[in-house]
Amino acid sequence: MTSVIVSSPYVSQSKSLRRLMINVIIGLIPGTLAYAWFFGPSIMINIAIAVLFALGFEAVILWLRKKSIKPHLNDYSAVVTGWLFALCLPSHSVWWLIVVGIGFAMIAGKHLYGGLGFNPFNPAMVGYVVLLISFPKEMTSWHLPIPMSGETYGLVDSLKFVLGIGDSTWDAFTAATPLDHVKTALRQDIPISEIFQAPLFGKLGGIGWEWISAGWLIGGLWLLINKTIRWHIPVALLGSLGSIAWVFYLIDAETATSPLFHWLSGGAMLGAFFIATDPVSAATTNNGRIYYGILIGLLVYLIRNWGGYPDGVAFAVLLANMCVPLIDYYTQPKVYGAK
Amino acid sequence: MLIAILTISAMAGIFGLILGYAAIRFKVEGNPIVDQIDSLLPQTQCGQCTYPGCRPYAEAIANGEAPINQCPPGGQSTVVLLADLLDVEVLELNAEHGDHNDVPLVAFIREDTCIGCTLCIQACPVDAILGSAKHMHTIIIDECTGCELCLPPCPVDCIDLIPIKQTIEDWKWSLPGETLASLESSSEQEGAITYGH
Amino acid sequence: MDIKLSRFNGGIHLDDHKSESLTRPVQVAPLPNQLIMPLKQHIGESNKPLVNVGDRVLRGQLIAGSSSPISAPVHASTSGIVRSIGPHLVAHASGQSADCIIIDVDGKDASIKVEPIEVSQMQAADILDHIRRLGVVGLGGASFPTSPKLSRGIDLGIHTLIINGAECEPYITCDDSLMQNQAYETVRGIGYLQRMLTPKKTLIGIEDNKPKAIEAMKLALQTESLPNTAVVSIPTLYPSGGEKQLIQILTGNEIPTGQLAFDIGIFCQNVGTCLAITQALELNQPLMSRYVTVSGDGVRLPGNWIVRLGTPIKYLIELAGGYVQNGLNQPNATQQHLVMGGPMMGFSLSSDNVPIVKSSNNILVMQQQLIAQQPGIHDECVRCGKCAEVCPAQLLPQQLYWHSRSKEYEKVEAYNLFDCIECGCCSAVCPSQIPLVQYYRASKSEIRATQRATFKSDRARIRFEFREKRLLLKKQQEEQKRRLKREALLKKSAAKKMDSSVADPIQAALDRIKAKKSEQVIVPKNITNLTADQQKQIDEADARRCSEHEQNT
Repeated sequence: MTSVIVSSPYVSQSKSLRRLMINVIIGLIPGTLAYAWFFGPSIMINIAIAVLFALGFEAVILWLRKKSIKPHLNDYSAVVTGWLFALCLPSHSVWWLIVVGIGFAMIAGKHLYGGLGFNPFNPAMVGYVVLLISFPKEMTSWHLPIPMSGETYGLVDSLKFVLGIGDSTWDAFTAATPLDHVKTALRQDIPISEIFQAPLFGKLGGIGWEWISAGWLIGGLWLLINKTIRWHIPVALLGSLGSIAWVFYLIDAETATSPLFHWLSGGAMLGAFFIATDPVSAATTNNGRIYYGILIGLLVYLIRNWGGYPDGVAFAVLLANMCVPLIDYYTQPKVYGAK
Repeated sequence: MLIAILTISAMAGIFGLILGYAAIRFKVEGNPIVDQIDSLLPQTQCGQCTYPGCRPYAEAIANGEAPINQCPPGGQSTVVLLADLLDVEVLELNAEHGDHNDVPLVAFIREDTCIGCTLCIQACPVDAILGSAKHMHTIIIDECTGCELCLPPCPVDCIDLIPIKQTIEDWKWSLPGETLASLESSSEQEGAITYGH
Repeated sequence: MDIKLSRFNGGIHLDDHKSESLTRPVQVAPLPNQLIMPLKQHIGESNKPLVNVGDRVLRGQLIAGSSSPISAPVHASTSGIVRSIGPHLVAHASGQSADCIIIDVDGKDASIKVEPIEVSQMQAADILDHIRRLGVVGLGGASFPTSPKLSRGIDLGIHTLIINGAECEPYITCDDSLMQNQAYETVRGIGYLQRMLTPKKTLIGIEDNKPKAIEAMKLALQTESLPNTAVVSIPTLYPSGGEKQLIQILTGNEIPTGQLAFDIGIFCQNVGTCLAITQALELNQPLMSRYVTVSGDGVRLPGNWIVRLGTPIKYLIELAGGYVQNGLNQPNATQQHLVMGGPMMGFSLSSDNVPIVKSSNNILVMQQQLIAQQPGIHDECVRCGKCAEVCPAQLLPQQLYWHSRSKEYEKVEAYNLFDCIECGCCSAVCPSQIPLVQYYRASKSEIRATQRATFKSDRARIRFEFREKRLLLKKQQEEQKRRLKREALLKKSAAKKMDSSVADPIQAALDRIKAKKSEQVIVPKNITNLTADQQKQIDEADARRCSEHEQNT
C-alpha cells in the first residue's frame, strides 16, 4: 500500500512517449521502403546494425549511470535515433562506420548531456556530422540507384559488403549524389539545363531520390495527421528553403536549381519531418518553431550552394539547435492577462 | 618614441579623468553589499555568530573580518546563498556557533512560574516580550525569532522554546520525488497517513 | 440577447463521465449520527468556536464565527450535543487535521426559532450583512465569503454579471442537478444579485453537455422575467468553468494579471451560491447544506445528494451503496482512491472520515489503478510542447517544469508561474506522464513560504533596528541629562567663584590645609619626660622595627 500524496489531475489522456516514438518509426516506413527499392536491401542491414548498436550503447551507458535500463529502452527513442542515423549514411556503408557514428551519437550526443530530454543537439545528426568530418571519402561514396546501374544485390551480397568481406571493392559502383553532382558541375560553369541531361536525374530530382523524398513526405503527413508532430517546423523549413530557392531560380534558372529539386533532394524532406522535429533539440514555443524551421531552411540553402558540403541538413539542424535557447527566450507567448 | 610616450600619457590622462568623473558621478551611497548580505541573514538577531545582531555580522562579512559560516539559524542554505553572493567558496556551517534547527522555534513563557523580573524583556532583540515589573510576561509569537537570548537571563527558567506547529494554512506541497521520501519517513513515525483506512 | 462567444487558448476534451451520477434523481441525505464541523470553511480569517462541549445546539444555530469582515460564520446543520472541540481530520490535500466542532446528532433536527424576513424592504447594506451573518460563501470551490465580494463589487461598479453553471470537470454533476432541481430559487438568487450590483447584462454560462439544466434555467428565467439576462450554452471544453476562462468565453475579456474580475467590471458567481443567497434572503436560512455528487467507478450507486454540512464522507459513500469490491478477499475501501473534487483539480483524501464542507462539490471514488501517475517515477520531458498547446493561461509548462524541478524560483516566477490556474490540462496530455501540476504547486508553496519568511525577517529587522535606535536614544538622553547636571553644577560653583575672589577654589582649599598643617607642629605628649631606660627601650623597638621592615622588603 503506497502512502503518498499525489497531485491532481488523476486522469490522463496522453499518448505515451513510447507511442509517439512508434508513430515516428511507422512514419519512416514508406521512405525506407522506397530507399530499399532504389538502393538495394543493404539499407535494411544498415538500419538493423544502427538500431542494435544504439540500443546496446544506450543499455551500457544506462547501466554505467546506474539508471533503470528496461523503461528507458522501452521508450524506443534509441531505435528512432539509430534508424534516422542509418538513413543519413550512404546506402552501402561498412559496419564499423555505422558503429563509430552511432556510438558517438549515443554517448557524446545523448548521454553525456544527461540522456533523453537533456541533449541540446540531435544525437543522430551529431553522429552523422562526426562521420562526415572524419571519414569524408566513405561518407560520400554512394551507389548508383538500381534503375541506373541495373545491378541488383541480394541480401547476402549486401551483408558481405557491409561486413567488409568478399571481393567487392568500393569504387566500382559509386557515384556522387545528385546534389553533389549539381554542385560540382555548377562550379565548372555548366548550365543547369545541361547538368540535368545527365542520367542521374529524373523528372524533378535525382532518380530514386525524388521517390524516397516522396516517401518521407507521405510518412511526415501521416505524423501530422495523427498529431505526433506539429506543422510549424516542416512548413517553415520547406517554406523558407523553397522561397529562397525560388528567388534564385527566378533570377537565373541556369545557375540555380528549382525549389522542387531542393525539396526532393538530399535530406530536405527527411530533415523537415523527422529530424528537425525532434522535440528535445528543437524550439519549444510555436512561434519559436517557425523561426527555427526558417533558420534551418535558409542554412540548408546556404550550405548547399556556397558551403563545402553537398547537403547541409545535418549542419543546419545542429546550428539551429544552438540557437534554440535564444529562440525560445524571445518567442514566449503572451500569457493570459498580460498587458 | 616620443610620440608613443605622449600618446600613452595622453590616454592615461584621459582615462584617469573619465574614471575620476565616473567615481563622482556614479558614487554609491552607503555600502550596498552590507545590505545584500543583511537581507540574506535570517534576522533572528540571536548573536550566535558572536556579533551583536545580523547587521553587525553582515558588516563583518563585508569587511572580510568574519567567515560566512557562523549563522546557525540560517543554516547551510544561508551559507550557500552568501557564498553565491560574495562569489567565495561554500563552507560547512561552523558547529562551534551552534546547530541549525530545521523546525522554526518560538519562545513560550510558562506564566504561572514567571515572577515578572523584566530581565527577558531587556534581552529580547526584537521587543517581542510584553510585561512590566512584578507582572507576568508574555511573548508575541508572531514577532519572536526564536533566538534564545531570553533564556539565560531568566532567573526561574520559565521560558521554553517550542517548535511552531505546522498548520493547514502553511502546509507545503513537495516535489513529486520528494513526496515519496518525506511521507515514507513521516508515516513510519506516525503510522497514520495511508490511503483508505 | 446577441452573445458572441470567444474561445480561450488550449483546453482539452475529456470523457465527461457525467451520466453515471445522473441516472437517479437527487436525494436528500438522511442525518448522520455525528457531524464534524470544521471551524473554518472559507478563505479568510479563522473563526472561534461560540459553543462549549456539552452544549445542546439546534439546527441553524451559530456555532463558530469571527469579527473579521473577510470571514463566514458556521452554523449547526442539525440539532445535537457538542461532543468535543478540537483537531479532526478534514478534507485537505495535506491530510492534516484542523479544529472542528463534533456534534452528536440527536435525530430530532430541531431548529432555532426563525424570524421571517421581508427581503423586498431591505436595503443593500442590510442584505449584505444578512448574507454575511448566514455564512454564505462562494460554492464554486474557492469558498470566498460572498458578502465582502459583493460589497467590493458594488463599490467598483459592475457592468456584467456572470453566473457560472459550466461545471466543466468530469464526473461532477452537483450544479447540473441543482439547476434542474431548483432552477427557480437559483434564478431568484440571480435576481437579488442584480438588485445589489445593477449590472447592464447578466449571462448564465452552462456547458452544452447539460441540456436539461439549460432548459430548466431558461424556463425559470422566463417565469421570473429578469431583465437583460440570458442563459448561454457554451461548448464543452475543459476548463471552461474556470472563472477567467468563462469570462473570456462570454465577454472576450481577459482579466489583467494581478487583478480580479470586478476590477474590470465583471462579477462572477456560482449557481450554488445563488441558491444559497435565495435561501438566506427568503427563508432566513443559513448555509448548512449543499448538493454533493458521489461518483466514480469505485462506488456502487453514484448519484447526487443534498447533504448537511459536516456529514462524514464515509456516511455518504454508504448512501451510494458503498465501495465496489474489486477483487477476492480484499477489504474494499483500501483499494480505492478517494478524491475530493473532480479528477482534474481535486485532491486525494487519506481517509473517508472527513466531513463535507461548504466547498465540497464532489466525492470521486476511483479504483486505484486508474491513477495515471506514479509520483517521482516518470519519463523525462522531451519538450514536445503539448502542454503549452493546451494551457488555458498560455504559459510554457515545459519551461516551468524545468525550472521548478531545479528549484530556480526566480526563473519560475519570470515564466509567470502565478498565472497558472492548476487546471491540470498539461499533466493530462503529457506523453511522459509528468505530474506537472504538482511541480507547480510545490514551487508555489515554496515561493509563498519564502515570502512569508522574508516578511517575518523584515519585520524582525525593523524591530531590531528600532530597538537599537531606542536604546541609543535612551543612552543619549541619559548622557544629556548627566551633562546638563554637570553644567548646572559648574554654573553653581562658577557663581560662588564670582563671590570670593580666589582664582582656583580647589587650590585655595589645598593651600588653606597646607598652611594649617605647617602652623601646627605636632609634638607627641607621651615622650616629653622620658627616663633613660624608657629612651633605650624606645630605641631598641625602633631598631627592631627597622630590621623587620628591611627583611620584609
